[in-house]
Amino acid sequence: MYGGKFVPEILIPALEELEEAYHQVQSDPLFQKEYHDLLREYVGRPTKLTLANRLTDHYGRAKIYLKREDLCHTGAHKINNAIGQLLLAKRMGKSRIIAETGAGQHGVATATACAKFGFECVIYMGAEDMERQRLNVDRMRLLGAEVRSVESGSKTLKDATNEAIRDWVTNVENTFYIIGSVVGPHPYPMMTRNFHRVIGEETMEQLRYSEGELPDYLIACVGGGSNAIGFFYPFIENENVKMIGIEAAGLGADTDQTAATLSIGTPGILHGSMSYLLHNEEGQIQLAHSISAGLDYPGVGPEHSYLHDTKRVHYYGITDREAMDAVRLVSEKEGIIPAIETAHAFAYLEKLMPLTQRDEIVVVNCSGRGDKDMETISRWFHENQKL
Amino acid sequence: MSLFITAGYPDLDSTVDLILGFDKNGADIIELGMPFSDPLADGPTIQYSSNVAISNGITMKRIFEIVREVRKTSEIPIILMGYINPIYKYGVNSFCNDAIESGVDGLIIPDTPPEESSIIAVEAKKAGLEMIYLVAPNTSDRRMQLVDDLSSGFVYCVSVTGVTGARSGDEVAHSVGKFIERVKTNVTKNPILVGFGIKNHEDAKRIAQKADGYIVGSALIETIRNHYPNKDWKVHVFNFVKKLKFGNL
Repeated sequence: MYGGKFVPEILIPALEELEEAYHQVQSDPLFQKEYHDLLREYVGRPTKLTLANRLTDHYGRAKIYLKREDLCHTGAHKINNAIGQLLLAKRMGKSRIIAETGAGQHGVATATACAKFGFECVIYMGAEDMERQRLNVDRMRLLGAEVRSVESGSKTLKDATNEAIRDWVTNVENTFYIIGSVVGPHPYPMMTRNFHRVIGEETMEQLRYSEGELPDYLIACVGGGSNAIGFFYPFIENENVKMIGIEAAGLGADTDQTAATLSIGTPGILHGSMSYLLHNEEGQIQLAHSISAGLDYPGVGPEHSYLHDTKRVHYYGITDREAMDAVRLVSEKEGIIPAIETAHAFAYLEKLMPLTQRDEIVVVNCSGRGDKDMETISRWFHENQKL
Repeated sequence: MSLFITAGYPDLDSTVDLILGFDKNGADIIELGMPFSDPLADGPTIQYSSNVAISNGITMKRIFEIVREVRKTSEIPIILMGYINPIYKYGVNSFCNDAIESGVDGLIIPDTPPEESSIIAVEAKKAGLEMIYLVAPNTSDRRMQLVDDLSSGFVYCVSVTGVTGARSGDEVAHSVGKFIERVKTNVTKNPILVGFGIKNHEDAKRIAQKADGYIVGSALIETIRNHYPNKDWKVHVFNFVKKLKFGNL
């Protein structure tokens, strides 16, 4: 029931062309070699699996490992997908790349890939997000991308996505749209998931080496849900691996300042696919709120909706405050300043750890680093007189 | 001549008067827009009118009331046009039943192409609503035939790749001739109406020579925007409509 191709007629031929091209490269050894060479030599994969021993001692229960996507080139997992889709665009003979971005991590990853391959790059970003993530805007510009400010609607990720789709509808002949999460019309959610599967595959391999077993719990944050699905997907068949997706509850899932789509939303159609949404009685999309620009989205990837309904993955909301407490804790205990998005996943340890046993293993997907968030982090802790 | 207007724009009470006035001044079909917060196939003009209408408090129930009110004095065909999410949220079955009961003739849902039509096509047909699908310049011949088979009422011909209202009339006129020829050879069961970028009588006349009709939306809404809420704003709007169809009389 979830997913689909709810797009204007103009985009149907483009999606068909994309689907065919993607299908071809999946079994093309040359493409796969180029992609994996780039992941190794440029992105820096495989990323490490770090034992968080002081965090483990802090809770005194299960052993905590961190999958270090924050060590990817550009500072987050997003580049796995940006490089993959860019190679596909190159294969399809497209000359112009567009993308939407929320926190700016996908925009930076896309601008980086475009610089590396010499592509024209236009990034759509909500005006409010540009304010919150000024450093990333400058990074994208330095990388040669044009960043277009989106003034419509809530001026955040949802509106940047609308504007990117409008650009694509207008320039469909020469333009490839690199979607940054597991959202949008088919085949995007599947394609983006597959470009991130490497996260879960490496985790499985690394744990087999260090522990000789599978993890008991996987935790990842979910906005659109790309890092989470890439992390979870290879483990889905292993029923003993419990998976938890952490949404941004903002000021609380029971308030109207929230982005906890799966916790309180209902199914609907946005940006080309059917999935859970935050929308009102009239089907108008509601504004999401989270302190983290990357989770501030009123929808979620269709596959997460499916995993939610089937209860294979449990989804849970973490508030702004809980996430910021986790930023501090992880910084102090592990010497890692996590992205605020990622801190939502860490915050769930407070709830989970007391329920775990010493012989169990928890892996948190450390999806991005917090450098880009330093302005928000400074403001928060100064306001709360904790810095 | 088909005219598009956003229900609830520029205010909740004017929509009925506008539709009746369009009818008197030469419109043959009304496309009544059901506003959506995220209209991704629309340019700035219809984004604007949609936002205003939502702020004005337009609801689906109110849209059906508008149609009911129009039906008291006018038989002009009314097509509801809008995105699928508000319909889905309302409940597809109730939506189709309430639409036909209030006097709606058909539906255009730009983000529901034939691939996804199963979400509403059966209910719409059962209720007796026409389903109008779109073709664009990059639609293949084979697909145009499919759209022709699925559509009833007419086929909506999107004249250029782009969002609503974005292109100039000249640009549309230059590129559209060959495209309409191709549509005509593939779409044989339904009339074809051409929309996107038609701004004045000259644009309209050029299209009317080639197609069965034309659709004007953004230019009409711009006219309302320019004159509302001056005292005689509706007079200006109706003059625009008259001129659109008949030229300078």
